[in-house]
Amino acid sequence: MYRKIVLGLAACLALSACGQKTDTKGGAAAPAASGAQIAGAGASFPAPLYAKWAETQKADTGVALNYQSIGSGGGIKQIKAKTVAFGATDKPLKPEELEADGLAQFPTVIGGVVPIVNLPDLQPGQLKLTGPVLADIFLGTVKKWNDPAIAALNPGLKLPNLPITVVHRSDGSGTSFLFTSYLTAVAPKWAVVGASDAVKWPTGQGGKGNDGVSGYVKQTPGAIGYVEYAYAKQNGLPHASLRNAAGQYVNPTAESFSAAAAGADWTKAPGFYLLLIDQKDPAAWPITGATFILMHKAQADATTGKTVLSFFDRAYSTGDAAASELAYVPLPAALKAQVRASWSAIVGPDGKPVFTPAAQ
Amino acid sequence: MSAVADLPPTVAAAPSRSAFGAAFDKGFEILCFSAATFLLTALGGIVISLAIGGWPAFETFGLNFFISAEWDPVQEIYGAAGAVTGTLVSASLALLFALPLSFGIAIFLVELCPPMLRRTIGTAVELLAGIPSIVYGMWGLFVFAPWFAKHVQMPIMMSVEPGSFWEKITTGVPNGAGILSASIILAIMILPFIAATMRELLLTIPAQVRESAYGLGSTTFEVIRKVSIPYVRTGAIGAVMLGLGRALGETMAVTFIIGNAHGFPTSIFASGSTIASTIANEFAEATERLHSASLIALGLVLFVITFIVLALARLLIGRQANL
Repeated sequence: MYRKIVLGLAACLALSACGQKTDTKGGAAAPAASGAQIAGAGASFPAPLYAKWAETQKADTGVALNYQSIGSGGGIKQIKAKTVAFGATDKPLKPEELEADGLAQFPTVIGGVVPIVNLPDLQPGQLKLTGPVLADIFLGTVKKWNDPAIAALNPGLKLPNLPITVVHRSDGSGTSFLFTSYLTAVAPKWAVVGASDAVKWPTGQGGKGNDGVSGYVKQTPGAIGYVEYAYAKQNGLPHASLRNAAGQYVNPTAESFSAAAAGADWTKAPGFYLLLIDQKDPAAWPITGATFILMHKAQADATTGKTVLSFFDRAYSTGDAAASELAYVPLPAALKAQVRASWSAIVGPDGKPVFTPAAQ
Repeated sequence: MSAVADLPPTVAAAPSRSAFGAAFDKGFEILCFSAATFLLTALGGIVISLAIGGWPAFETFGLNFFISAEWDPVQEIYGAAGAVTGTLVSASLALLFALPLSFGIAIFLVELCPPMLRRTIGTAVELLAGIPSIVYGMWGLFVFAPWFAKHVQMPIMMSVEPGSFWEKITTGVPNGAGILSASIILAIMILPFIAATMRELLLTIPAQVRESAYGLGSTTFEVIRKVSIPYVRTGAIGAVMLGLGRALGETMAVTFIIGNAHGFPTSIFASGSTIASTIANEFAEATERLHSASLIALGLVLFVITFIVLALARLLIGRQANL
């Protein structure tokens, strides 16, 4: 018994000692001597990719990234409190919000949201839906799969007389934000619910995380839910195809996400505040969005700022393959150039940009 | 202290040791005292920080925070009633299921079990207590819910008379997620705590007491009902409250299987939410001041509910002890 207690205490001490160590090292205000460590926190959606990038770069440059996947909300709070060198969020901050806190914002990769369905005898992508019909389903006004509204979009498809079970995310998430933003944009009726990372859902069940949603959908014949593209792709979930702004029915693929990103006009979006929703490109997937990094424009320590920016600079140059492998969609080259140019606004105590990317 | 100096020289070698002993004893006392006050300080600190953090919610919504079940992060309207109801209903249902089972287990283990099985079943009960709640959640969602939907929920939903009261309280999505399944999972989770404590309690009954009862010609059931249970009644209430406390605060397992709909649950198969599941779901992404304040306020409400439960238990135990 005594031995156990001693061992336990020793373990506690060791743990807390380690904890303190990483804290001081990882803090944004850490001295330049430990500049090889950068700390970030935020969105869980890009966390696997940031971990992969960090692993590669650690081997190449020795820069270690300590990224805590605590959710976009947490990321925004942490960067505002300056406890991390960068925050990460799926929900971009509006230009005025960025201005108020002196923050710079830029996208890293593109992802999207995919409606998944559980209908017997249906091939993935066979079911066609439009934004307004999707909104009616999630509002609970279209209740059966053989509803005329759905049948009209799917001539020749035998739709069952099955009640529709709506499944949504129960946890606040960027996925819900993007999905509800899309519904708000395409269906005026959705205004009663609104767009946010958590909303008051008029109907249906809430699953925790992508796995919770897909679990409910898989187990319920007649269910419809929505998950991140990467999750849907890796798990081979049957999706519905959607009609985009150009009137084309598209499937969620890396190409249709890239098309949405490439078609957007980022030059007119201060702080890169742009949701890639319902883009005009005929190949674009309508529910597309980027995930973002937040940094203070005035860096207290130029070295930390430089380390962070050179990390993402390297990631842009060499990390696309890793992104595609994990089912994220890399940014188009033109957008990367714009982001790199925007970094000149991030300055050190001397007023000079902390990092100047090499000419590409 | 002066006694030490008066001792004859033969034992004079002792003073240094016993002075150390006395000093150590004082130090030990201080250590124990600070351990206890540390706990109280931490508890007080938590209550105060919850109250401060949740204040904006209480200030904005007032009494409505407790009686409204509206939970709308977009409009920024928050009411705790739905989550509070879900918490109370799921925890009491769980207790209802777990109580007879765990008493049965404990009595069987102590009174009836052949010695060979005793260890096996005892260890199994303890193992059940060691399973992390996320595992219960995953198991509940992927294994239990589909089974429950197919073999319990669907048959019940199909057999009730349309339009009747029974139909009303058994409507829901037929995929096994809802208040009732969450309560069953909760029951499995709190069962080992109640059963293990009950077993320990029953083992404290002196053998003579039970044997005397048997000697007077009582049957096993009579011994259990009239001797064993009354003997451990006080402790048993404590064991039950321990289980209830755990059920009230359980988070992950419930979040996975309760269906997570805000508002009042309308039937036993309907989706609901509990205080803990709402906090777990929304806290990470709550950026608006009022949203996070409301979640913290929910935490305070749960704290108060748990406190009331424990206070009731104390009251019951006190009353029993006086009898």
